[in-house]
Amino acid sequence: MSDTLKYDICDVAIIGGGPSGLAAATTLKKSGVERVVVLDRESVAGGVPRHCGHPPFGIVEYKRILSGPSYAKKIVKTAITAGVDIWLKTTVTSLGNEGRLTLISPDGPGALEANRVLIATGARETPRSARMISGQRPLGIYNTGALQSMIYLKKRVPFHRPLVVGTEIVSFSALFTCRKAGITPVALVEENKKTSVMWPIGYGTRLFGIPLLMNTSILSIQGHERVEMVKLSDKDGNEKDINCDGVLFTGQFIPESSLVRMSHLHINQITGEPIVDKYGRCSDPSYYAAGNVLFNPVKVAGKCWRAGQATAQWIVKDLMGTAKRKI
Amino acid sequence: MINKPDKIIQKQLQGDVTSNSAFLADTDVAVIGGGVVGCAVARKMALKGASVVLIEKASDILDGASKGNSAILHTGFDAPVGTLEWQCVQRGYEEYLAIRKSFNLPLLKSGALVAAWTEEEESRFPDILKKGSENGVKDLGMLSRSEVLSREPNLSVDIRAAITVPREFVIDPWSTPLAYLMQALENGGKALFKAGVTGGEFTGSKWLLKTARGKVRARYVINCAGLYGDILDRDVLGSSEFTIKPRKGQFVVFDKAAHKLITSIILPVPTKRTKGIVLFPTIFGNLMVGPTAEEQEGRDDASVDRNILNELHAQAIKKLPALENIPVTATYAGIRSATERPEYRIIEDTERNWITLGGIRSTGLTSALGLAQHVYGLLLKKGAEFSEVANPSIPKVPNLAEHLPRDCETPDYGEIVCHCEMVTQREIKAVLESDLLPAGSLSGLKRRTRVTMGRCQGFYCSAHLAELTEGKFQEPIAVGETDE
Ligand SMILES: Cc1cc2nc3c(=O)[nH]c(=O)nc-3n(C[C@H](O)[C@H](O)[C@H](O)COP(=O)(O)OP(=O)(O)OC[C@H]3O[C@@H](n4cnc5c(N)ncnc54)[C@H](O)[C@@H]3O)c2cc1C
Ligand SMILES: Cc1cc2nc3c(=O)[nH]c(=O)nc-3n(C[C@H](O)[C@H](O)[C@H](O)COP(=O)(O)OP(=O)(O)OC[C@H]3O[C@@H](n4cnc5c(N)ncnc54)[C@H](O)[C@@H]3O)c2cc1C
Repeated sequence: MSDTLKYDICDVAIIGGGPSGLAAATTLKKSGVERVVVLDRESVAGGVPRHCGHPPFGIVEYKRILSGPSYAKKIVKTAITAGVDIWLKTTVTSLGNEGRLTLISPDGPGALEANRVLIATGARETPRSARMISGQRPLGIYNTGALQSMIYLKKRVPFHRPLVVGTEIVSFSALFTCRKAGITPVALVEENKKTSVMWPIGYGTRLFGIPLLMNTSILSIQGHERVEMVKLSDKDGNEKDINCDGVLFTGQFIPESSLVRMSHLHINQITGEPIVDKYGRCSDPSYYAAGNVLFNPVKVAGKCWRAGQATAQWIVKDLMGTAKRKI
Repeated sequence: MINKPDKIIQKQLQGDVTSNSAFLADTDVAVIGGGVVGCAVARKMALKGASVVLIEKASDILDGASKGNSAILHTGFDAPVGTLEWQCVQRGYEEYLAIRKSFNLPLLKSGALVAAWTEEEESRFPDILKKGSENGVKDLGMLSRSEVLSREPNLSVDIRAAITVPREFVIDPWSTPLAYLMQALENGGKALFKAGVTGGEFTGSKWLLKTARGKVRARYVINCAGLYGDILDRDVLGSSEFTIKPRKGQFVVFDKAAHKLITSIILPVPTKRTKGIVLFPTIFGNLMVGPTAEEQEGRDDASVDRNILNELHAQAIKKLPALENIPVTATYAGIRSATERPEYRIIEDTERNWITLGGIRSTGLTSALGLAQHVYGLLLKKGAEFSEVANPSIPKVPNLAEHLPRDCETPDYGEIVCHCEMVTQREIKAVLESDLLPAGSLSGLKRRTRVTMGRCQGFYCSAHLAELTEGKFQEPIAVGETDE
């Protein structure tokens, strides 16, 4: 244990250096807030777009079409240029009363006391376990986020012939990512009779020549070391085995809000979103939230960027004492 | 003098399949199986001064029953009175408490409540109390409904009454056997992986065991093959006195947010077949419900089943309504090595110096140290003579318990790889690069660090982990490269 707890203060602390957090930080600085600190647990800021190797990003923010990684670099640069302090490899471990945060970083445990805190921790996909899927637990079962970081950040592939589950926008991202990495999905399955989103899925499956199995659910995953087969069932209960070497669960986003759940802040117990007023302010008025941690369903980066900006403007007013306190 | 292990040899032993005609070791005792029982037996033998080789067919320890249990350190209050199981549970319990601090092994002093939800269950309390006292567990107490609720206010108001078992505790199910084997290795023992035993010959004074990696000569053999104990006896001795009847137990793990909802282990009133479904805190800061008891054919098939998981989930909510709002982190199953009879099947082939520790089905985590004492006693009776290691070296295992300081609280850990479980790069590297006992598989690495075992199940860290573990495991995370 380190004997000295590092302690610091700031005007606004922002948890999460993705599009919403960085947009808010940039806006705050530009509005004249003195000390704005972004805390991100990863070693590189930018959030999820860092590993979305595909366009379109940046239309709203920069009026250009960028790939995720270039977009991520750009929003980080914009924030730094505006004078935002970004602390990397810094995990917020608890949210205390009135903006008292505890942190862990390779320098040791620390504390940061902020006048206002913005929670911008994003969202993640529901893993296999929380979907209560039957079967064995071999290697080769991932979410899109993990697949994309493996491919775009580490240039590695976790499978060659996965079954892809879900038909949300992110499922299209998944197909696109597979295509780029030379991975051939054996099929795309959807439990419902309609795809969650129409356009990219129909288009994507046709474009990539991947069978789209509607009204189909997973009975079980089989495989000893790695995934070998998935048992499927259609709406009439007809069973079908499909050989594959992985399963990719896409979508069913949930807020990355465990910090909030473990804290004094109020949370929507079912969806996991922090409860906020129309300004994005939490039950403890020192805290705000913005971006995909609040959006249900999740939104694209541009929308999160906008949301970060808007919430930052409220925080500025709040700091100046001009915001109306209406909850 | 402490016999320091030959590091190079241990690394080689862990490595790839050599040739099955190679001669690997000549030892006093061969322990077959690296479950908790085998690890405890190997430790005892090494401390007593025997040369010992633990032979495991998987690429890491804990590949069988020991990989998925409830991690409860049982007092034995409800064990069958006067049985060897009861004796080993009690001895194992005592020894664990005596040694655990020196290994840095954690203990959650939760205590347990045997909860009655129906009149019928409550009517069994006198029997339970009587059995407890016959078993020497003298500190059982009774709580009325209101007393239960004041101690565990989140339990459903349907609770009727409970028996308190103050010394029923929660431990770390994976670091515990790891510590045992590490101590065996630090004190002269050896471990062989990917070395399934397929046969053997007894030549009148020694065994020559055939493994997938080569041959091992041993004076005594202890069969700790768990779910395969009967098959091993048949393959080597020609017959087995028992047949394993695999009994699966499924679990649902709730998010850490649930941990604060109960402080005690909530036991059901046990039935003849099983201890029933338990709600309990884990040492890692989660809350779990399980295990079921399902007979099945497969010894390796730890499949989970959606309907049963949903049923478990519903039962948990019924007993602890606040769980309704808590996300599920993980689901898994473990397989008990039950046999056609309820008791432990400890069988000695005195002529051939072979001891089988079979049917260690639902209390083995607790009883392992007791079983090891028992086996040592059997060897002494056979006239074995070893000279005890004077100042045995004691390995410290890294702490994974949530209530004690974790590695990430000490600076310079590199970075945090798994954010949900706060696993550092330093912890992962230490396990991968260990000279004594590096992790042999991704599951082994998970059990030894908790990496990817948290709420996101690898959403954030799989890529990083694929990179860190490259070239380390026979079954790698990444199966290829891409220019993308
Ligand atoms: C697979 C996938 C594909 C996508 N494709 C597209 C696309 O093509 N186009 C598009 O516009 N959008 C796309 N999106 C959506 C886009 O990535 C999100 O809208 C955007 O990243 C959300 O921004 P955010 O700032 O709210 O959260 P995030 O980008 O998720 O950022 C959250 C940050 O918080 C940090 N954090 C979390 N908890 C803590 C803590 N306790 N302490 C410190 N730091 C913490 C994380 O490290 C992370 O950097 C995609 C998303 C996914 C998952
Ligand atoms: C669901 C469940 C809950 C439980 N809860 C608890 C609890 O709360 N408290 C408690 O004390 N106990 C509990 N137990 C019991 C405990 O987990 C077991 O008793 C214990 O793990 C048995 O260990 P073992 O070493 O005998 O067998 P195993 O763990 O099965 O080990 C046998 C090893 O031998 C290896 N092997 C097999 N064949 C060969 C061969 N031919 N050559 C080489 N190696 C071989 C296997 O790969 C395996 O690693 C529970 C068990 C289950 C399943």
